[in-house]
Amino acid sequence: MLRIPRELQAKIVAHARQDHPDEACGVLAGPAGTDRPERFIAMTNAERSPTFYRFDSGEQFRVWQDMDDRGEEPVVIYHSHTATQAYPSRTDISYASEPEAHYVLVSTRDSEATEFRSYRIVDGVVTEEPVTVVE
Amino acid sequence: MAIEVRIPTILRTYTDGAKQVEGTGSTLGELFTDLEQRHGGLQDRLIEGGGLRRFVNVYLNDEDVRFLDGLDTPVKDGDTVTVLPAVAGGAR
Repeated sequence: MLRIPRELQAKIVAHARQDHPDEACGVLAGPAGTDRPERFIAMTNAERSPTFYRFDSGEQFRVWQDMDDRGEEPVVIYHSHTATQAYPSRTDISYASEPEAHYVLVSTRDSEATEFRSYRIVDGVVTEEPVTVVE
Repeated sequence: MAIEVRIPTILRTYTDGAKQVEGTGSTLGELFTDLEQRHGGLQDRLIEGGGLRRFVNVYLNDEDVRFLDGLDTPVKDGDTVTVLPAVAGGAR
């Protein structure tokens, strides 16, 4: 289950809307071992593409270093699909490399309603999980 | 000569859970060959077709080695090499 503060969910959705039709991506960091997302970090999509995303490698290094210095880990890794459903694609699954993270997928394919779903992706297996929004 | 190598979570199965290991070599390629002696299978997760794997980021200190000399990048005692799997994906 993903427990996420409403404010952070809103920031993810806003980021996805802002970057549409390119895929948006980022991280919610939280204290290591707590499974609590606390800090929103929008990442640059180095691919700047409507069908692919990739964290800029230098930015990823600095963010991962910063999280380590703060005793944090990436609790949520999010990205958006802009014309397809909010479900992990074959490439999402093959590149998922943080087995402890919640993979949040947002879809902006509809201009009004944003789909927001969360998954665990471990050893190539996708398991959807419920999302609980907390105040 | 010791070079510190930081290992990401998904590759720690090759290092008995260690997040950091040490190695030697004059280039990144030599360092990975040295690590393979003690951590069999690790090299194959980093290298493909004689070059660095596309979706694995390797940094020498704080620079992505793709912008240096890839596997030919010189390394020396006191350097830190960090491995981070790229975070990527897409609609398909």
